[in-house]
Amino acid sequence: MSLTADDVKKIAYLARLGIDQQDIGDYAKDLSNILDLMTSMDELDTGAVQPMAHPMDQTQRLRADEVAETNQREHFQACAPQVENGLYLVPKVID
Amino acid sequence: MHNKTIAEIARDLRNKQYSSVELTRHFLDRIQQHQELNAFVSVADEHALGQAEAADKALAAGDAPLLTGIPIGQKDIFCTRGIKTSCGSKMLDNFESPYDATVVEKFKQNGAVMPGKLNMDEFAMGSSNETSFYGAVRNPWNVDCVPGGSSGGSAAAVAARLVPAATGTDTGGSIRQPSSLCGITGLKPTYGRVSRYGMIAFASSLDQAGPMTRNAEDAAILLQAMAGFDGKDSTSVEQDVPDYRAELNNSLQGLKIGIPKEFFSSDLNADIAAVVNSAIAEYQKLGAELVEVSIPSLNQSIPVYYVIAPAECSANLSRFDGVRFGYRCENPQDLADLYTRSRGEGFGAEVKRRILMGTYALSAGYYDAYYLKAQKIRRMISEDFKKALSQADVLMGPVSPSTAFGIGEKTGDPIEMYLSDIYTIGVNLAGLPGMSVPAGFVDNKPVGLQIIGDYFAESRLLNVAHQFQQVTDWHQQIPQGFE
Repeated sequence: MSLTADDVKKIAYLARLGIDQQDIGDYAKDLSNILDLMTSMDELDTGAVQPMAHPMDQTQRLRADEVAETNQREHFQACAPQVENGLYLVPKVID
Repeated sequence: MHNKTIAEIARDLRNKQYSSVELTRHFLDRIQQHQELNAFVSVADEHALGQAEAADKALAAGDAPLLTGIPIGQKDIFCTRGIKTSCGSKMLDNFESPYDATVVEKFKQNGAVMPGKLNMDEFAMGSSNETSFYGAVRNPWNVDCVPGGSSGGSAAAVAARLVPAATGTDTGGSIRQPSSLCGITGLKPTYGRVSRYGMIAFASSLDQAGPMTRNAEDAAILLQAMAGFDGKDSTSVEQDVPDYRAELNNSLQGLKIGIPKEFFSSDLNADIAAVVNSAIAEYQKLGAELVEVSIPSLNQSIPVYYVIAPAECSANLSRFDGVRFGYRCENPQDLADLYTRSRGEGFGAEVKRRILMGTYALSAGYYDAYYLKAQKIRRMISEDFKKALSQADVLMGPVSPSTAFGIGEKTGDPIEMYLSDIYTIGVNLAGLPGMSVPAGFVDNKPVGLQIIGDYFAESRLLNVAHQFQQVTDWHQQIPQGFE
Protein backbone atom coordinates (compact mmCIF):
# COMPACT_ATOMS: atom_id res chain seq x y z
CA MET A 1 0.00 0.00 0.00
CA SER A 2 1.55 3.27 -0.96
CA LEU A 3 0.42 6.79 -0.21
CA THR A 4 0.93 9.76 -2.51
CA ALA A 5 1.76 13.32 -1.56
CA ASP A 6 -1.90 14.20 -2.18
CA ASP A 7 -3.01 11.47 0.24
CA VAL A 8 -0.73 12.91 2.90
CA LYS A 9 -2.13 16.39 2.32
CA LYS A 10 -5.66 15.06 2.65
CA ILE A 11 -4.91 13.20 5.91
CA ALA A 12 -3.05 16.23 7.30
CA TYR A 13 -6.10 18.35 6.49
CA LEU A 14 -8.38 15.89 8.35
CA ALA A 15 -6.05 16.08 11.35
CA ARG A 16 -5.69 19.90 11.06
CA LEU A 17 -1.97 19.28 11.13
CA GLY A 18 0.43 21.64 9.40
CA ILE A 19 3.11 19.82 7.40
CA ASP A 20 5.91 21.68 5.65
CA GLN A 21 5.75 21.30 1.89
CA GLN A 22 9.30 19.93 1.73
CA ASP A 23 8.51 17.19 4.28
CA ILE A 24 5.44 15.76 2.51
CA GLY A 25 7.49 13.30 0.44
CA ASP A 26 9.17 11.89 3.55
CA TYR A 27 5.86 11.45 5.33
CA ALA A 28 4.40 9.72 2.26
CA LYS A 29 7.35 7.31 2.21
CA ASP A 30 7.30 6.63 5.99
CA LEU A 31 3.54 6.12 6.09
CA SER A 32 3.68 3.81 3.07
CA ASN A 33 6.33 1.71 4.82
CA ILE A 34 4.23 1.58 7.98
CA LEU A 35 1.19 0.51 5.95
CA ASP A 36 3.28 -2.25 4.35
CA LEU A 37 3.90 -3.54 7.85
CA MET A 38 0.12 -3.75 8.33
CA THR A 39 -0.49 -6.01 5.34
CA SER A 40 0.50 -9.07 7.40
CA MET A 41 -2.75 -8.58 9.34
CA ASP A 42 -4.62 -9.85 6.28
CA GLU A 43 -3.02 -13.28 6.70
CA LEU A 44 -5.25 -13.98 9.69
CA ASP A 45 -8.86 -15.05 9.37
CA THR A 46 -10.71 -12.92 11.92
CA GLY A 47 -14.24 -13.64 10.67
CA ALA A 48 -15.78 -14.81 13.95
CA VAL A 49 -13.58 -12.80 16.33
CA GLN A 50 -15.16 -10.03 18.38
CA PRO A 51 -13.15 -6.80 18.24
CA MET A 52 -11.40 -5.92 21.51
CA ALA A 53 -11.53 -2.25 22.39
CA HIS A 54 -10.32 -2.50 25.93
CA PRO A 55 -8.23 -5.03 27.89
CA MET A 56 -10.77 -5.48 30.66
CA ASP A 57 -13.86 -5.54 28.42
CA GLN A 58 -15.38 -3.12 30.88
CA THR A 59 -18.59 -1.24 30.42
CA GLN A 60 -18.62 2.44 31.24
CA ARG A 61 -19.02 2.92 34.97
CA LEU A 62 -21.79 5.28 36.05
CA ARG A 63 -21.72 7.54 39.08
CA ALA A 64 -24.30 9.50 41.01
CA ASP A 65 -25.02 12.91 39.51
CA GLU A 66 -23.71 14.98 42.40
CA VAL A 67 -22.00 18.34 42.45
CA ALA A 68 -18.30 17.71 43.06
CA GLU A 69 -16.33 20.51 41.42
CA THR A 70 -16.53 24.18 42.22
CA ASN A 71 -16.08 26.84 39.56
CA GLN A 72 -12.37 27.61 39.08
CA ARG A 73 -12.56 29.33 35.73
CA GLU A 74 -9.82 31.87 36.37
CA HIS A 75 -7.48 29.22 37.71
CA PHE A 76 -8.09 26.97 34.71
CA GLN A 77 -7.75 29.82 32.25
CA ALA A 78 -4.43 30.93 33.71
CA CYS A 79 -2.63 28.60 31.26
CA ALA A 80 -4.60 29.74 28.20
CA PRO A 81 -2.82 31.64 25.39
CA GLN A 82 -5.45 34.40 25.23
CA VAL A 83 -8.57 35.10 27.32
CA GLU A 84 -10.81 38.09 27.90
CA ASN A 85 -13.74 38.42 30.31
CA GLY A 86 -13.51 34.70 31.04
CA LEU A 87 -13.71 33.77 27.36
CA TYR A 88 -11.07 32.08 25.18
CA LEU A 89 -10.10 34.33 22.30
CA VAL A 90 -9.59 32.98 18.77
CA PRO A 91 -9.47 34.75 15.38
CA LYS A 92 -12.82 36.12 14.24
CA VAL A 93 -14.98 33.42 12.61
CA ILE A 94 -17.96 35.50 11.45
CA ASP A 95 -17.66 39.03 9.99
CA MET B 1 23.34 8.04 50.49
CA HIS B 2 22.68 7.68 46.79
CA ASN B 3 23.47 3.98 46.68
CA LYS B 4 20.83 3.09 49.22
CA THR B 5 17.49 1.59 48.36
CA ILE B 6 14.20 3.15 49.38
CA ALA B 7 13.74 0.56 52.09
CA GLU B 8 17.18 1.48 53.51
CA ILE B 9 16.60 5.24 53.24
CA ALA B 10 13.26 4.95 55.03
CA ARG B 11 15.04 3.18 57.88
CA ASP B 12 17.92 5.69 57.98
CA LEU B 13 15.55 8.66 58.10
CA ARG B 14 13.76 7.13 61.08
CA ASN B 15 17.08 6.37 62.80
CA LYS B 16 18.08 10.02 62.23
CA GLN B 17 21.24 9.07 60.33
CA TYR B 18 20.48 12.02 58.04
CA SER B 19 17.53 14.31 57.49
CA SER B 20 15.30 14.51 54.45
CA VAL B 21 16.69 18.00 53.76
CA GLU B 22 20.26 16.58 53.72
CA LEU B 23 19.15 13.68 51.56
CA THR B 24 17.24 15.90 49.15
CA ARG B 25 20.16 18.35 48.85
CA HIS B 26 22.47 15.43 48.12
CA PHE B 27 20.30 14.23 45.24
CA LEU B 28 19.74 17.77 43.93
CA ASP B 29 23.54 18.19 43.88
CA ARG B 30 23.91 14.97 41.90
CA ILE B 31 21.24 16.10 39.44
CA GLN B 32 23.23 19.33 39.03
CA GLN B 33 26.56 17.47 38.63
CA HIS B 34 25.25 15.13 35.96
CA GLN B 35 23.36 17.48 33.70
CA GLU B 36 25.24 15.91 30.78
CA LEU B 37 22.78 12.99 30.94
CA ASN B 38 19.90 15.40 30.15
CA ALA B 39 17.67 13.22 32.32
CA PHE B 40 15.59 16.08 33.72
CA VAL B 41 13.35 18.55 31.89
CA SER B 42 12.86 20.63 35.03
CA VAL B 43 14.41 20.54 38.47
CA ALA B 44 12.22 21.75 41.33
CA ASP B 45 14.84 22.66 43.99
CA GLU B 46 12.76 24.97 46.15
CA HIS B 47 9.64 22.85 45.90
CA ALA B 48 11.63 19.75 46.87
CA LEU B 49 13.43 21.38 49.80
CA GLY B 50 10.11 22.73 51.09
CA GLN B 51 8.67 19.22 50.97
CA ALA B 52 11.82 17.86 52.65
CA GLU B 53 11.49 20.32 55.54
CA ALA B 54 7.86 19.32 56.04
CA ALA B 55 8.92 15.66 55.85
CA ASP B 56 11.52 16.14 58.59
CA LYS B 57 8.85 17.60 60.84
CA ALA B 58 6.49 14.71 60.10
CA LEU B 59 9.29 12.19 60.79
CA ALA B 60 10.11 13.88 64.08
CA ALA B 61 6.44 13.73 65.07
CA GLY B 62 6.41 9.98 64.29
CA ASP B 63 3.86 7.87 62.41
CA ALA B 64 4.88 9.27 59.00
CA PRO B 65 4.06 7.22 55.86
CA LEU B 66 6.87 5.02 54.50
CA LEU B 67 7.92 7.30 51.62
CA THR B 68 8.13 10.40 53.82
CA GLY B 69 11.12 12.51 52.91
CA ILE B 70 12.32 10.31 50.03
CA PRO B 71 12.90 11.96 46.62
CA ILE B 72 10.97 10.29 43.80
CA GLY B 73 11.36 11.67 40.26
CA GLN B 74 8.23 12.08 38.14
CA LYS B 75 8.17 11.38 34.43
CA ASP B 76 7.16 14.64 32.78
CA ILE B 77 3.92 13.06 31.58
CA PHE B 78 2.29 13.45 35.02
CA CYS B 79 0.60 16.78 35.63
CA THR B 80 2.09 18.70 38.54
CA ARG B 81 0.36 21.80 39.80
CA GLY B 82 2.69 24.81 39.74
CA ILE B 83 5.58 22.96 38.05
CA LYS B 84 5.92 22.76 34.27
CA THR B 85 4.54 19.60 32.64
CA SER B 86 5.92 19.39 29.10
CA CYS B 87 5.37 15.75 28.08
CA GLY B 88 8.64 16.20 26.17
CA SER B 89 6.92 18.48 23.65
CA LYS B 90 7.25 22.03 22.41
CA MET B 91 3.43 21.98 22.48
CA LEU B 92 3.51 22.00 26.29
CA ASP B 93 6.80 23.85 26.84
CA ASN B 94 4.79 26.68 28.43
CA PHE B 95 2.28 24.49 30.30
CA GLU B 96 1.73 24.64 34.04
CA SER B 97 -1.02 22.24 34.95
CA PRO B 98 -3.82 23.66 37.12
CA TYR B 99 -4.06 20.33 38.97
CA ASP B 100 -2.02 17.32 40.13
CA ALA B 101 -2.25 13.86 38.57
CA THR B 102 -3.63 11.23 40.97
CA VAL B 103 -0.22 9.52 41.02
CA VAL B 104 1.44 12.82 42.01
CA GLU B 105 -1.20 13.42 44.67
CA LYS B 106 -0.71 9.92 46.07
CA PHE B 107 3.04 10.44 46.38
CA LYS B 108 2.34 13.73 48.18
CA GLN B 109 -0.01 11.93 50.57
CA ASN B 110 2.74 9.39 51.19
CA GLY B 111 5.16 12.17 52.09
CA ALA B 112 7.50 11.76 49.11
CA VAL B 113 9.66 14.64 47.87
CA MET B 114 9.43 15.57 44.17
CA PRO B 115 12.85 16.79 42.98
CA GLY B 116 11.93 17.32 39.34
CA LYS B 117 10.38 16.16 36.10
CA LEU B 118 12.10 13.57 33.94
CA ASN B 119 12.79 13.73 30.23
CA MET B 120 10.89 11.43 27.88
CA ASP B 121 10.05 10.86 24.25
CA GLU B 122 7.55 13.45 23.00
CA PHE B 123 4.09 12.42 24.24
CA ALA B 124 5.71 9.04 25.12
CA MET B 125 6.04 8.16 21.44
CA GLY B 126 9.45 6.61 20.94
CA SER B 127 11.76 3.85 22.08
CA SER B 128 14.96 5.85 22.51
CA ASN B 129 14.10 9.18 24.18
CA GLU B 130 15.38 10.90 21.03
CA THR B 131 11.99 12.37 20.04
CA SER B 132 12.00 14.69 23.09
CA PHE B 133 11.83 18.43 22.33
CA TYR B 134 14.52 18.75 25.02
CA GLY B 135 16.96 16.45 23.26
CA ALA B 136 18.16 12.91 23.75
CA VAL B 137 18.92 11.49 27.19
CA ARG B 138 22.24 9.71 27.58
CA ASN B 139 22.60 6.22 28.98
CA PRO B 140 24.83 6.26 32.10
CA TRP B 141 26.33 2.89 31.06
CA ASN B 142 27.54 4.40 27.81
CA VAL B 143 26.88 8.08 27.22
CA ASP B 144 27.00 7.66 23.44
CA CYS B 145 24.00 5.35 23.66
CA VAL B 146 20.29 5.92 24.20
CA PRO B 147 18.64 5.00 27.52
CA GLY B 148 15.63 3.54 25.71
CA GLY B 149 12.21 5.09 25.80
CA SER B 150 9.84 6.52 26.30
CA SER B 151 10.65 6.70 30.04
CA GLY B 152 14.33 7.26 29.22
CA GLY B 153 14.91 10.12 31.66
CA SER B 154 13.46 8.04 34.50
CA ALA B 155 15.62 5.01 33.67
CA ALA B 156 18.84 7.04 33.26
CA ALA B 157 18.23 8.99 36.48
CA VAL B 158 17.60 5.85 38.56
CA ALA B 159 20.60 4.02 37.04
CA ALA B 160 22.88 7.04 37.62
CA ARG B 161 21.65 7.41 41.21
CA LEU B 162 20.26 10.91 40.59
CA VAL B 163 17.06 9.78 42.34
CA PRO B 164 16.39 6.66 44.44
CA ALA B 165 13.38 5.83 42.23
CA ALA B 166 11.09 7.31 39.61
CA THR B 167 7.76 6.84 37.90
CA GLY B 168 7.31 5.78 34.32
CA THR B 169 4.50 4.96 31.95
CA ASP B 170 4.26 2.02 29.59
CA THR B 171 2.08 2.01 26.47
CA GLY B 172 4.15 -0.44 24.41
CA GLY B 173 7.17 -1.12 26.60
CA SER B 174 8.09 2.36 27.80
CA ILE B 175 8.87 1.24 31.37
CA ARG B 176 10.34 -2.20 30.63
CA GLN B 177 12.57 -1.39 27.63
CA PRO B 178 14.43 1.58 29.18
CA SER B 179 14.68 -0.40 32.45
CA SER B 180 16.35 -3.18 30.47
CA LEU B 181 18.68 -0.81 28.61
CA CYS B 182 19.70 1.02 31.81
CA GLY B 183 19.95 -2.01 34.13
CA ILE B 184 17.17 -1.12 36.56
CA THR B 185 13.97 -2.80 37.76
CA GLY B 186 10.75 -1.64 36.09
CA LEU B 187 7.17 -2.80 36.52
CA LYS B 188 4.24 -2.18 34.21
CA PRO B 189 1.15 -3.07 36.25
CA THR B 190 -2.10 -4.58 34.98
CA TYR B 191 -4.09 -2.11 32.90
CA GLY B 192 -6.35 -0.13 35.24
CA ARG B 193 -4.32 -0.83 38.41
CA VAL B 194 -2.86 2.70 38.59
CA SER B 195 -4.98 5.76 37.86
CA ARG B 196 -4.44 7.51 34.54
CA TYR B 197 -5.98 10.75 35.83
CA GLY B 198 -3.62 13.62 35.07
CA MET B 199 -1.28 11.35 33.12
CA ILE B 200 -1.20 12.90 29.66
CA ALA B 201 -2.95 10.40 27.39
CA PHE B 202 -1.20 8.75 24.44
CA ALA B 203 -3.20 5.55 23.77
CA SER B 204 -5.84 5.28 26.46
CA SER B 205 -6.56 1.55 26.19
CA LEU B 206 -2.84 0.74 26.59
CA ASP B 207 -1.31 3.43 28.85
CA GLN B 208 -0.34 2.34 32.35
CA ALA B 209 1.92 3.95 34.98
CA GLY B 210 4.36 2.05 37.14
CA PRO B 211 7.52 2.20 39.26
CA MET B 212 11.13 2.31 38.02
CA THR B 213 13.49 1.39 40.81
CA ARG B 214 16.75 -0.30 41.66
CA ASN B 215 15.22 -3.51 42.97
CA ALA B 216 11.96 -5.42 43.30
CA GLU B 217 11.38 -4.53 46.94
CA ASP B 218 11.49 -0.82 46.08
CA ALA B 219 9.15 -1.46 43.15
CA ALA B 220 6.72 -3.06 45.61
CA ILE B 221 6.95 -0.03 47.90
CA LEU B 222 6.31 2.41 45.05
CA LEU B 223 3.49 0.38 43.54
CA GLN B 224 1.86 0.30 46.97
CA ALA B 225 1.74 4.10 46.89
CA MET B 226 0.58 4.33 43.26
CA ALA B 227 -2.06 1.59 42.93
CA GLY B 228 -5.74 1.78 43.73
CA PHE B 229 -9.16 2.66 42.46
CA ASP B 230 -9.71 6.25 41.37
CA GLY B 231 -13.17 7.57 40.59
CA LYS B 232 -11.57 10.21 38.36
CA ASP B 233 -10.37 7.57 35.88
CA SER B 234 -13.26 5.75 34.23
CA THR B 235 -11.02 2.78 33.37
CA SER B 236 -9.61 2.43 36.88
CA VAL B 237 -10.33 -1.02 38.27
CA GLU B 238 -12.29 -1.41 41.51
CA GLN B 239 -10.20 -4.06 43.18
CA ASP B 240 -8.46 -4.14 46.55
CA VAL B 241 -4.74 -3.38 46.63
CA PRO B 242 -2.82 -6.20 48.35
CA ASP B 243 0.31 -5.70 50.47
CA TYR B 244 2.86 -5.96 47.65
CA ARG B 245 5.70 -6.83 50.03
CA ALA B 246 3.84 -9.66 51.74
CA GLU B 247 4.83 -12.33 49.21
CA LEU B 248 8.37 -11.15 48.40
CA ASN B 249 10.01 -13.90 50.44
CA ASN B 250 7.87 -16.80 49.24
CA SER B 251 9.80 -19.76 47.89
CA LEU B 252 9.84 -20.37 44.14
CA GLN B 253 9.89 -24.13 44.61
CA GLY B 254 7.55 -25.59 41.98
CA LEU B 255 7.04 -22.28 40.18
CA LYS B 256 6.01 -22.99 36.60
CA ILE B 257 7.78 -20.71 34.14
CA GLY B 258 6.27 -20.59 30.67
CA ILE B 259 8.80 -20.06 27.90
CA PRO B 260 6.99 -18.71 24.83
CA LYS B 261 8.88 -20.23 21.92
CA GLU B 262 8.17 -17.17 19.76
CA PHE B 263 10.30 -15.12 22.17
CA PHE B 264 13.35 -17.21 21.32
CA SER B 265 13.11 -17.38 17.54
CA SER B 266 16.19 -17.15 15.36
CA ASP B 267 15.72 -13.35 15.19
CA LEU B 268 16.85 -13.01 18.80
CA ASN B 269 20.42 -11.85 19.19
CA ALA B 270 22.50 -14.80 20.46
CA ASP B 271 24.26 -12.81 23.21
CA ILE B 272 20.95 -11.56 24.60
CA ALA B 273 19.50 -15.06 24.38
CA ALA B 274 22.48 -16.36 26.39
CA VAL B 275 21.90 -13.80 29.17
CA VAL B 276 18.17 -14.55 29.31
CA ASN B 277 18.76 -18.31 29.29
CA SER B 278 21.27 -18.11 32.11
CA ALA B 279 18.76 -16.09 34.16
CA ILE B 280 16.15 -18.78 33.53
CA ALA B 281 18.68 -21.43 34.57
CA GLU B 282 19.11 -19.51 37.83
CA TYR B 283 15.37 -19.90 38.41
CA GLN B 284 15.65 -23.64 37.86
CA LYS B 285 18.22 -23.71 40.67
CA LEU B 286 15.62 -21.99 42.84
CA GLY B 287 13.23 -24.86 42.18
CA ALA B 288 11.25 -23.54 39.21
CA GLU B 289 10.09 -25.80 36.37
CA LEU B 290 10.03 -24.80 32.72
CA VAL B 291 7.09 -25.32 30.40
CA GLU B 292 7.19 -24.52 26.70
CA VAL B 293 4.23 -22.38 25.68
CA SER B 294 3.26 -20.60 22.48
CA ILE B 295 1.87 -17.18 21.54
CA PRO B 296 1.25 -17.90 17.84
CA SER B 297 -0.09 -14.40 17.13
CA LEU B 298 2.94 -12.63 18.66
CA ASN B 299 4.37 -11.49 15.32
CA GLN B 300 1.07 -9.72 14.65
CA SER B 301 1.47 -7.54 17.73
CA ILE B 302 3.57 -4.94 15.88
CA PRO B 303 1.09 -4.17 13.08
CA VAL B 304 -1.83 -4.33 15.54
CA TYR B 305 -0.12 -1.98 17.98
CA TYR B 306 0.91 0.46 15.26
CA VAL B 307 -2.72 0.73 14.15
CA ILE B 308 -4.36 0.94 17.59
CA ALA B 309 -1.85 3.20 19.37
CA PRO B 310 -1.74 5.84 16.59
CA ALA B 311 -5.54 5.69 16.20
CA GLU B 312 -6.02 6.43 19.89
CA CYS B 313 -3.24 9.02 19.83
CA SER B 314 -4.77 10.89 16.92
CA ALA B 315 -8.01 11.21 18.91
CA ASN B 316 -6.29 12.09 22.21
CA LEU B 317 -3.97 14.68 20.69
CA SER B 318 -6.81 16.51 18.95
CA ARG B 319 -7.18 18.47 22.21
CA PHE B 320 -3.97 20.36 21.44
CA ASP B 321 -5.38 23.09 19.25
CA GLY B 322 -3.79 26.31 20.51
CA VAL B 323 -7.01 27.54 22.14
CA ARG B 324 -7.18 26.59 25.82
CA PHE B 325 -3.59 25.72 26.74
CA GLY B 326 -0.25 24.89 25.23
CA TYR B 327 1.52 26.34 22.21
CA ARG B 328 -0.22 28.86 19.93
CA CYS B 329 1.28 29.98 16.61
CA GLU B 330 1.94 33.67 16.04
CA ASN B 331 -0.50 35.85 14.07
CA PRO B 332 -3.04 33.24 12.99
CA GLN B 333 -4.95 34.34 9.89
CA ASP B 334 -8.15 32.55 10.84
CA LEU B 335 -9.35 29.73 13.07
CA ALA B 336 -8.27 26.95 10.67
CA ASP B 337 -4.82 28.53 10.42
CA LEU B 338 -4.66 28.75 14.23
CA TYR B 339 -5.35 25.01 14.60
CA THR B 340 -3.20 23.86 11.70
CA ARG B 341 -0.13 25.95 12.40
CA SER B 342 -0.23 25.59 16.21
CA ARG B 343 -0.27 21.81 15.77
CA GLY B 344 2.21 21.83 12.89
CA GLU B 345 4.70 23.97 14.82
CA GLY B 346 4.05 22.45 18.26
CA PHE B 347 4.44 18.73 17.43
CA GLY B 348 7.65 16.96 16.38
CA ALA B 349 8.07 14.56 13.45
CA GLU B 350 7.31 11.25 15.20
CA VAL B 351 4.16 12.60 16.84
CA LYS B 352 3.01 13.94 13.46
CA ARG B 353 3.72 10.60 11.82
CA ARG B 354 1.52 8.83 14.36
CA ILE B 355 -1.29 11.39 14.18
CA LEU B 356 -1.30 10.98 10.39
CA MET B 357 -1.21 7.18 10.64
CA GLY B 358 -4.03 7.14 13.18
CA THR B 359 -6.16 9.62 11.29
CA TYR B 360 -5.77 7.51 8.16
CA ALA B 361 -6.63 4.25 9.96
CA LEU B 362 -9.80 5.80 11.37
CA SER B 363 -10.88 7.60 8.21
CA ALA B 364 -13.92 6.63 6.17
CA GLY B 365 -13.22 3.67 3.89
CA TYR B 366 -10.21 2.41 5.85
CA TYR B 367 -11.67 1.89 9.33
CA ASP B 368 -12.66 -1.76 8.80
CA ALA B 369 -9.45 -2.74 7.04
CA TYR B 370 -7.18 -1.29 9.72
CA TYR B 371 -8.75 -0.34 13.02
CA LEU B 372 -11.44 -3.02 13.25
CA LYS B 373 -9.10 -5.70 11.91
CA ALA B 374 -6.47 -4.71 14.47
CA GLN B 375 -9.00 -4.84 17.31
CA LYS B 376 -9.96 -8.37 16.29
CA ILE B 377 -6.37 -9.56 16.19
CA ARG B 378 -5.84 -7.81 19.53
CA ARG B 379 -8.37 -10.23 21.00
CA MET B 380 -6.53 -13.18 19.44
CA ILE B 381 -3.23 -12.00 20.94
CA SER B 382 -4.90 -11.53 24.30
CA GLU B 383 -6.41 -15.04 24.15
CA ASP B 384 -3.00 -16.50 23.25
CA PHE B 385 -1.45 -14.88 26.32
CA LYS B 386 -4.31 -16.10 28.52
CA LYS B 387 -3.86 -19.63 27.24
CA ALA B 388 -0.10 -19.52 27.85
CA LEU B 389 -0.70 -18.21 31.37
CA SER B 390 -3.15 -21.04 32.07
CA GLN B 391 -0.22 -23.44 31.57
CA ALA B 392 2.30 -21.53 33.69
CA ASP B 393 2.52 -19.12 36.66
CA VAL B 394 4.64 -16.56 34.82
CA LEU B 395 6.14 -16.19 31.35
CA MET B 396 9.78 -15.26 30.79
CA GLY B 397 11.76 -13.95 27.87
CA PRO B 398 13.81 -11.01 26.64
CA VAL B 399 12.62 -7.40 26.98
CA SER B 400 14.35 -5.95 23.99
CA PRO B 401 16.02 -7.52 20.95
CA SER B 402 19.12 -5.37 21.50
CA THR B 403 21.10 -3.62 24.20
CA ALA B 404 21.31 0.19 24.22
CA PHE B 405 22.01 1.38 20.68
CA GLY B 406 23.91 4.49 19.62
CA ILE B 407 22.30 7.93 19.73
CA GLY B 408 21.19 8.70 16.17
CA GLU B 409 21.64 5.08 15.04
CA LYS B 410 17.97 4.34 14.38
CA THR B 411 16.40 7.78 14.02
CA GLY B 412 16.39 7.62 10.23
CA ASP B 413 14.13 4.60 10.06
CA PRO B 414 10.90 4.64 12.10
CA ILE B 415 10.11 1.01 11.18
CA GLU B 416 13.36 -0.29 12.64
CA MET B 417 12.54 1.54 15.87
CA TYR B 418 9.01 0.05 15.90
CA LEU B 419 10.32 -3.49 15.41
CA SER B 420 12.36 -3.20 18.62
CA ASP B 421 9.08 -3.29 20.59
CA ILE B 422 8.31 -6.88 19.54
CA TYR B 423 8.66 -8.49 23.01
CA THR B 424 6.87 -5.81 25.00
CA ILE B 425 3.79 -4.60 23.13
CA GLY B 426 1.80 -7.85 23.29
CA VAL B 427 1.62 -7.41 27.06
CA ASN B 428 0.05 -3.96 26.62
CA LEU B 429 -2.43 -5.19 24.03
CA ALA B 430 -3.54 -7.90 26.48
CA GLY B 431 -3.44 -5.52 29.47
CA LEU B 432 -1.19 -7.84 31.50
CA PRO B 433 1.48 -6.88 34.05
CA GLY B 434 5.14 -7.23 33.06
CA MET B 435 8.54 -6.51 34.56
CA SER B 436 12.10 -5.98 33.47
CA VAL B 437 14.74 -7.23 35.88
CA PRO B 438 18.53 -6.77 35.40
CA ALA B 439 19.90 -10.15 34.24
CA GLY B 440 23.39 -9.50 32.92
CA PHE B 441 25.51 -7.57 30.44
CA VAL B 442 26.52 -7.77 26.80
CA ASP B 443 29.50 -5.57 25.86
CA ASN B 444 29.22 -3.76 29.20
CA LYS B 445 25.62 -2.82 28.48
CA PRO B 446 22.76 -4.09 30.66
CA VAL B 447 20.24 -6.72 29.56
CA GLY B 448 16.87 -7.20 31.22
CA LEU B 449 14.83 -10.34 31.75
CA GLN B 450 11.11 -9.91 31.12
CA ILE B 451 8.66 -11.54 33.51
CA ILE B 452 4.99 -11.51 32.53
CA GLY B 453 2.18 -12.44 34.91
CA ASP B 454 -1.55 -12.96 34.93
CA TYR B 455 -3.97 -10.06 35.50
CA PHE B 456 -3.41 -8.43 38.92
CA ALA B 457 -0.56 -10.84 39.71
CA GLU B 458 1.85 -8.01 40.56
CA SER B 459 2.65 -9.59 43.95
CA ARG B 460 3.70 -12.78 42.18
CA LEU B 461 5.89 -10.88 39.70
CA LEU B 462 7.55 -8.95 42.51
CA ASN B 463 8.13 -12.19 44.44
CA VAL B 464 9.70 -13.84 41.38
CA ALA B 465 11.91 -10.79 40.74
CA HIS B 466 12.90 -10.40 44.39
CA GLN B 467 13.97 -14.04 44.77
CA PHE B 468 16.22 -13.67 41.69
CA GLN B 469 17.74 -10.56 43.24
CA GLN B 470 18.54 -12.51 46.42
CA VAL B 471 20.86 -14.82 44.46
CA THR B 472 22.23 -12.44 41.80
CA ASP B 473 23.82 -8.99 41.96
CA TRP B 474 23.11 -7.65 38.47
CA HIS B 475 20.73 -5.08 39.98
CA GLN B 476 23.51 -3.79 42.26
CA GLN B 477 25.94 -2.90 39.47
CA ILE B 478 26.70 0.81 39.22
CA PRO B 479 27.70 2.53 35.98
CA GLN B 480 31.25 3.87 36.03
CA GLY B 481 31.45 7.52 37.06
CA PHE B 482 28.21 7.37 39.04
CA GLU B 483 29.42 5.40 42.09
